[in-house]
Amino acid sequence: MSKTFTLDGKDVPFRDGQTIIEAALEAGHYIPHLCHHPDFKAHGSCKLCTVKVNGRQTASCTMQAAEGQVVESETEELNSERRALTQMLFVEGNHFCPSCEKSGDCQLQATAYHLNMMTAHYDHFFPNRPLDASHPDFLLDFNRCILCSLCVRASRDVDGKNVFALAGRGIKSHLIVNARSGKLADTDFSAADKAASVCPVGVILPKRRGFAVPIGERTFDKQPIDAYVDTRIARKEE
Amino acid sequence: MDAPAKKKLRLATATLAGCFGCHMSFLDIDERLFDLVELVEFDRSPLTDIKEVGPCDIGLIEGGLCNAENVHVLRDFRKHCRILVAVGACAINGGLPAQRNPIPLHEILSEVYLTEPGLAHSGIPNDPELPLPLNKVHPIHEVVKVDYFLPGCPPSGDAIWKFLTDLLAGREPELGHALMHYD
Ligand code: SF4
Ligand code: SF4
Ligand code: FES
Repeated sequence: MSKTFTLDGKDVPFRDGQTIIEAALEAGHYIPHLCHHPDFKAHGSCKLCTVKVNGRQTASCTMQAAEGQVVESETEELNSERRALTQMLFVEGNHFCPSCEKSGDCQLQATAYHLNMMTAHYDHFFPNRPLDASHPDFLLDFNRCILCSLCVRASRDVDGKNVFALAGRGIKSHLIVNARSGKLADTDFSAADKAASVCPVGVILPKRRGFAVPIGERTFDKQPIDAYVDTRIARKEE
Repeated sequence: MDAPAKKKLRLATATLAGCFGCHMSFLDIDERLFDLVELVEFDRSPLTDIKEVGPCDIGLIEGGLCNAENVHVLRDFRKHCRILVAVGACAINGGLPAQRNPIPLHEILSEVYLTEPGLAHSGIPNDPELPLPLNKVHPIHEVVKVDYFLPGCPPSGDAIWKFLTDLLAGREPELGHALMHYD
């Protein structure tokens, strides 16, 4: 018999070594997340996936599933904390969705919809983060980076290139490009890289492909994010 | 004895640093406007051309704060409206006008009025009639308490209708997936 834990009262089977979020997503239960990706090792930084395990809060993307755990996720308490984290991500960057090519396909935006975020609430930082348009085929708009490190992990662990890195600490953390000039054009980054398609928000964007799919017909226009459970699992099936 | 006629709620609307798109979208509720005027009386609004806001139940604000006059109008609305609603991206996060925020104001003004080739170079306008621009464009909740937020750029007519009918019926407004949009 397979081992199980309960998630909001429902039995969820798991295999040894799986994290709580891996088992939950596989069983079709959505837990909000941004830095988790089924193809990569956990990073545990965004904390959107925070759940209560036997009454104690922990990140479900780093916590191993264990027999008999009692996991709570869809509670008003946890969702309001997730909403506050999401609001902070919005005010720390410059998220002007109406002029963002990722709008409708964006995990951050869709997560904010799921959490019923009507406003970013906090004072906006309005940081000054110039774009990098040096590469012939790709644009980097750092204004929208949520520091999930997926591009870092993809470039290092899959592409074997190490194009991206997170630099600085705490509130000064930011994404950099590993080149003496700091410019994407001076790296071996290419469109075929895993890192070119992994960004959950609108930072790493292909050039000359604006509005190929009209607003209103995009991924999360069709269904809310929790209906996909994990869009990246859904995409594999397509 | 006849039941007293149901008192209509007073509704005011204003555009600050916005493009009037939210007001256009408001008009997109089309013939439902007839249902709406059964329930509300319009006070100050571009639709009535009344210039001063009086005591109101609901105030809808489109646009963020980009100059001193915007701040004045917003404070006046807050004083007069029981329920103040931030309508649309600009009121909620500054929107498109706030994309000037990372650039110092003097750089923007000098580029447009003094240095950019092909423009008139008439000097930075300094007429006392003109409200002074703020250093940065601000969402309205950074200056006054806002009771409700209705996102969208603009929110669709259906979203505005859903929001208003919920509010007027005394329900907590609830957009749901189809009407919730930041774009
Ligand atoms: S990255 Fe997402 S949340 Fe940010 S502006 Fe683009 S669509 Fe909006
Ligand atoms: S660029 Fe995108 S993938 Fe990379 S850290 Fe920022 S948000 Fe994550
Ligand atoms: S998804 Fe678990 S911390 Fe980001």
